[in-house]
Amino acid sequence: MKSAMTKRIIPCLDVREGRTTKGIRFENNVDIGDPVEMARHYYESGADELVFYDITASHEKRGIMIDVVRRVAETIFIPFSVGGGIASVSDMRDVLLAGAEKVSVNSAAIKNPRIISEGAEAFGSQCIVVGMDVKKVEKSGKIPSGYEMVIHGGRTYTGMDALAWAEELVRLGAGEICLNSIDADGTRDGYELNLTAMISEAVPIPVIASGGGGIPAHLAEVLTKGMADAALIASMVHYGDYTIPGIKDHLHGSGVAVRRSW
Amino acid sequence: MIAIIDYDAGNLTSVARALAHLGHAYRITRESGEILQADRVIFPGVGAAASAMESLKNYGLDTVLHQVMDAGMPLLGICLGTQIITGFSEEGDVPCLGLIPGRVRAFPASMKDDADRALKIPHMGWNRVQVKRVHPVLWDIRGEDAFYFVHGYYPEPENPDHVLATTPYGIEFVSAMGFGNLVATQFHPEKSGKPGLKLLDNFCRWGGEV
Repeated sequence: MKSAMTKRIIPCLDVREGRTTKGIRFENNVDIGDPVEMARHYYESGADELVFYDITASHEKRGIMIDVVRRVAETIFIPFSVGGGIASVSDMRDVLLAGAEKVSVNSAAIKNPRIISEGAEAFGSQCIVVGMDVKKVEKSGKIPSGYEMVIHGGRTYTGMDALAWAEELVRLGAGEICLNSIDADGTRDGYELNLTAMISEAVPIPVIASGGGGIPAHLAEVLTKGMADAALIASMVHYGDYTIPGIKDHLHGSGVAVRRSW
Repeated sequence: MIAIIDYDAGNLTSVARALAHLGHAYRITRESGEILQADRVIFPGVGAAASAMESLKNYGLDTVLHQVMDAGMPLLGICLGTQIITGFSEEGDVPCLGLIPGRVRAFPASMKDDADRALKIPHMGWNRVQVKRVHPVLWDIRGEDAFYFVHGYYPEPENPDHVLATTPYGIEFVSAMGFGNLVATQFHPEKSGKPGLKLLDNFCRWGGEV
């Protein structure tokens, strides 16, 4: 065997002012809004990594997230990343020192690409995940790949080609790309396979597919045809429709290498 | 007490949190007296070999680590710590500590997986650790256990007897080494879930003999 590397399954939690935002139900049907307890649940059920997005609006309350990060780090012993509102090297340092393995930068990287190189310089590329929000558009001279970078949840087009931006991220020192298709996000109809395969083939760093996962077969698809190294999941598991062991059994049955012992 | 060597090379707190969870007392320190009086020493690290070696020398920790090794104290290297205990690293072509004969190599470019797809570098994610030699620190680590890796370079011990485990990623590289009172893992036991905690706990109970 040339590689026994497994594909990573990564639950994503949105956190606002220290609480998860969705009415999340586990097997026992009890709503849990505590991100630390959710982290423990996913850690114990075989998540390979976790992502927390801080969607706290007010800047004054951002310290709450740092406390969440610290408590998560005391509770789970797998890597996790923190994103949302990371706009400077100092923001990165705060979450890394609190115990996150990686930081995820999104729109701040578009406004100020230097944050990526500065972060990579200060902490190493391996902790810098760059989030890309992408929408499909007509191919044009300006957007030759037919995929454009967007910000503000997809409301604002940036005029930047997604493929060219992905290649630029590698040059800047990004360690990983979290590739979110705004078109697929929330549909539960499957990940954007063309986009994921295109970016994954073009860059030498790992690509995490995000947006559109609804059933385990969608993950199998994006991890094979889509050539993603990892898949983000949210509502599939948050509402109890699927469990991580169940998803991994399906992937294993589909010939996708996953971590099955934990 | 376990001394975690502090030399400005990445996040040491994750190792500390794992030890706290296991109930082992630790100190993050660069004081030679404190390190040499510890029961055991953990030498972690994330980042580049050259700057790590520079920090070690600035703090005089290169000498201290040799003293730890010579005194027979149980010593655990993790990730970058595992690389710079060898004699030389190709990352920046920098001479290293030489606690174990060997060197650190870069993964070859253009490695392929079984489906003939290009393997990404760094090697980042969960991969298998195949135990090649029985060792108290690897006690109860099973073939199906996976461990978390993040690295673009790997250690290559000179003596095949020092290979404790290997991992397949394009090539079969050495993912754990053992030499007397020294054990070193390329993967991160502190981020590898229960099998990783098991390995750390084994180390914390090990007297340094093989």
